[in-house]
Amino acid sequence: MKFLISIILIALLSFAVGLYLPWWSLALVAFLVAILIHQRAGKSFLTGFLALFFLWGIMAFVIDQQNQQILSAKVSQMLPLGGSGIALILVTGLIGGLVAGFAAMSGSYLRTVRR
Amino acid sequence: MRWIPFILSSLITIVLIYALNRSWGGTPPIGRLLSPQHGVWQNAEPADADFNIEIQAPQLKDRVEVYLDERMVPHIFAQNEADAFFVQGYVHAKFRLWQMDFQTRAAAGKLSEILGAGPDDAILNFDRNMRRLGMVYSAEIAVEEAKKDPATNTAVASYTDGVNYYINNLKKSQYPIEYKLLNYEPEQWSFLKTALFLKYMSLDLAGREDDFEMTNAKSIFTKEDFNLIYPITQDSLDPIVPKGSVFDAAGLKLTVPAVADSLYYDYKYDSLQIVPGVKPDPGNGSNNWAVAGTKTQSGRPILCNDPHLSLNLPSLWFEMQIHTPQFNSYGATFPGAPCIIIGFNDNIAWGFTNGMRDVRDYYEITYKDESRSQYLFNNEWLNTSWRVDTIKTKGRVDMIDSVAYVKLGDATCPVMYDHSYTGGRTKGDRHFAVRWKAHDPSNEQKLFYALNHAKTYAEYSEAVKNLQTPGQNIVFSAKTGEVAIWCQGSWPGKWYRQGDFVMPGSDTSFLWQGMIPQPENPHQIITGTGDRGFVSSANQYPTDTTYPYYLGGSYPPYRGLIINRYLSSMSGITPDMMKQLQVENYNVFAEMARPMLLKNIDETSLDNDEKKYLDIFKSWNLRNDVQEKGITVFSQWFDSLEVEVWRDEFKQTDLALVWPDESTLLEGLLRDSAFKFINNINTPESETLPFVVTAAFKKAVKNLKVLESEDRLEWARFKATGVRHLLRQGPLSRLKLAIGGGTHIINATKDYHGPSWRMIVHLTDDIEAYGIYPGGQSGNPGSKYYDNFVDNWAAGQYATLWLMKKGEENDKRVVGKMSFSK
Repeated sequence: MKFLISIILIALLSFAVGLYLPWWSLALVAFLVAILIHQRAGKSFLTGFLALFFLWGIMAFVIDQQNQQILSAKVSQMLPLGGSGIALILVTGLIGGLVAGFAAMSGSYLRTVRR
Repeated sequence: MRWIPFILSSLITIVLIYALNRSWGGTPPIGRLLSPQHGVWQNAEPADADFNIEIQAPQLKDRVEVYLDERMVPHIFAQNEADAFFVQGYVHAKFRLWQMDFQTRAAAGKLSEILGAGPDDAILNFDRNMRRLGMVYSAEIAVEEAKKDPATNTAVASYTDGVNYYINNLKKSQYPIEYKLLNYEPEQWSFLKTALFLKYMSLDLAGREDDFEMTNAKSIFTKEDFNLIYPITQDSLDPIVPKGSVFDAAGLKLTVPAVADSLYYDYKYDSLQIVPGVKPDPGNGSNNWAVAGTKTQSGRPILCNDPHLSLNLPSLWFEMQIHTPQFNSYGATFPGAPCIIIGFNDNIAWGFTNGMRDVRDYYEITYKDESRSQYLFNNEWLNTSWRVDTIKTKGRVDMIDSVAYVKLGDATCPVMYDHSYTGGRTKGDRHFAVRWKAHDPSNEQKLFYALNHAKTYAEYSEAVKNLQTPGQNIVFSAKTGEVAIWCQGSWPGKWYRQGDFVMPGSDTSFLWQGMIPQPENPHQIITGTGDRGFVSSANQYPTDTTYPYYLGGSYPPYRGLIINRYLSSMSGITPDMMKQLQVENYNVFAEMARPMLLKNIDETSLDNDEKKYLDIFKSWNLRNDVQEKGITVFSQWFDSLEVEVWRDEFKQTDLALVWPDESTLLEGLLRDSAFKFINNINTPESETLPFVVTAAFKKAVKNLKVLESEDRLEWARFKATGVRHLLRQGPLSRLKLAIGGGTHIINATKDYHGPSWRMIVHLTDDIEAYGIYPGGQSGNPGSKYYDNFVDNWAAGQYATLWLMKKGEENDKRVVGKMSFSK
């Protein structure tokens, strides 16, 4: 239950702060949520990772659908990811997920320190 | 010890964020770039995007409505001109902001700041070249001049406000994608930037010169040979103003310097030491023509124009209509400047081709000492002035470049090449100031403003007087039936070969002595009776030899020749016939060359492979169409022939030289089958025309076999025309298009250069017009409007241009509405 709530909370709050703050504000969100809802380090990492992997991945996917893959094909060629829009979406999710995962893990460790 | 995991994990997080939030070499900040709420995903425009917006701007006086049609062309309806230009600026910025920023940065020599110095400092040198040519200096003068004219001042100031209103209300997440890729931010627009953009066009169109290369050539060839290799015109010339036209005696009397014979016409004189370097780009060409009602089916004139420029994405052009109580104009605009540039209004149409004349010359400066603080002029030591430029360079310390300015007569000229900067054209031990006509005060913006308003021939001929540089052939026609062309510019009257070579700058004698009086500029007015019924220009030499001035510059003859041949033979002309003519691929150069080549090739010496390619050439229909192979054979053969003929003469020196025009070789051989350069000066025997033609063919066949093995024998595959993104990013470009044409062809489509805007205007009561450019209205690679015209352009198709009227707001072509109010 904690696991699921953490994921949902991180995803929702990251979306909200992303509207106003720089992209890396999601790390603060994941960090704070992991302090607030304590889980073991590995699990915290996973909550952060999954929250942002899905948040960024789904946002990118929806945008990509509406855009009919016009831009993702081009950017994916430039990065280079071989022109695959799906690859670009996965990399997008991966990057968001990694940052949030480590931030959440840090939050979990801080709670351990304080205990 | 419980701290350690926390510290480690936090460190990883922070390092990760840091690494993903900054550029690494050329790689953009990848975290910010891919964040769906901040990065490139934000530029992925929904295919069914809604373009309806309401904007309130305090600068406006009244309401302005902008109707976007299905091709994303804005139709601006304003109650006054200031509002119209404000909204034009806003719309340009909305669709093309990054390009406007990038092009004016290029003009100002500020690319290193965002791109770094580049491989071998290529970008830094580009910047230095721009600054040393005095681009900003000339733009500052233009701003001063433009502000003196109230109408221009209002237009540019309102336009600037409109651009800045857009920038100031732009969220970071909505920045054009290039800002995100290069990791920088838009600057405010300014009056100066509009002037810089127009100066950039001047450089593109009136910046060409080969003075150093020609000076090198002068040092190795005799006068007779030089004039054969670099003739002023060709035998086949069909000038813009027809042969036999009568010109007034020169109003400007020129004096050839007394010392010219020894100091300037000093052919085969080898004391000049200039190292080889970069060759300037070939000049940009264009076609325009207008046929009078006597030659059309409708009895009304038809005007056509296709300017040949670099083919870029986003395009140089942006289509637009501007409707105000004072004027109602439609056409191609320059993102970066107000008004319609090439187009039509309710009453007239106009178009441009480049005048090609040489208005950029070099003078050698003698400094008193190494401080460069004084220079010799008319036996006096005069003080130099300085312009100190700081060139910001990404990833490096700033570069401070001090450029000396010297006064030569009335003109203040930057010393472009000196010990610190040679442009790859000198050894650095001598100093050359550049005298460029674009430095002189002028207000070209007024030309466009006045053409947008013009209703009659009289107003057109008054409007064109505003154009000083770049000189253009401006074609005109009106609903009332007039058809005309003015070769217009402010051009220095030159004595024979003046400015073809670098000149002494230590006194007045070699300076420009004045401008050709404007009424003496070549022009032609068609009344329809007793004349040929059309005007045309395709960058050819404007007059026959009776025009009393030397012009300088380089003039391709063949497009003009074939256009005039077609137009002369046509009658009952319709817009469809004009469309076909604009994309015509007939090769008149090959028509002239083929009999000479076939007469001289020794077929008995050919093997079976060689015979196969010769048969392709023999049966070729002389058209540069997409799938033709004969043109590929011809182009390889002629290139090879040029090498056979010229290489020995040009190998005499390591100095940079300009290769002779193709027309020079062809017409030299047609005139004289014993053309003296056929002989290879490095062999004892004397080569003949059949010998070199056959040898050239055999060498060409070697290349042709390679091409065939790569499946590149078909012309379009060989030529590989592409429309490239301004940053030369392949994925943002459209490459290898199936399109014919080429050099010497009306459809002048080369690899990355060609008809950048094709327009046909039939001056009927409602104006019937067609146009297309290889691009799309949106500068955003994430928009479906980014490149949606490219395929139709390549296929030779046109869009119908809609001069929208009041009352048509609910037309089904309208897909969006932008409303502006106070």
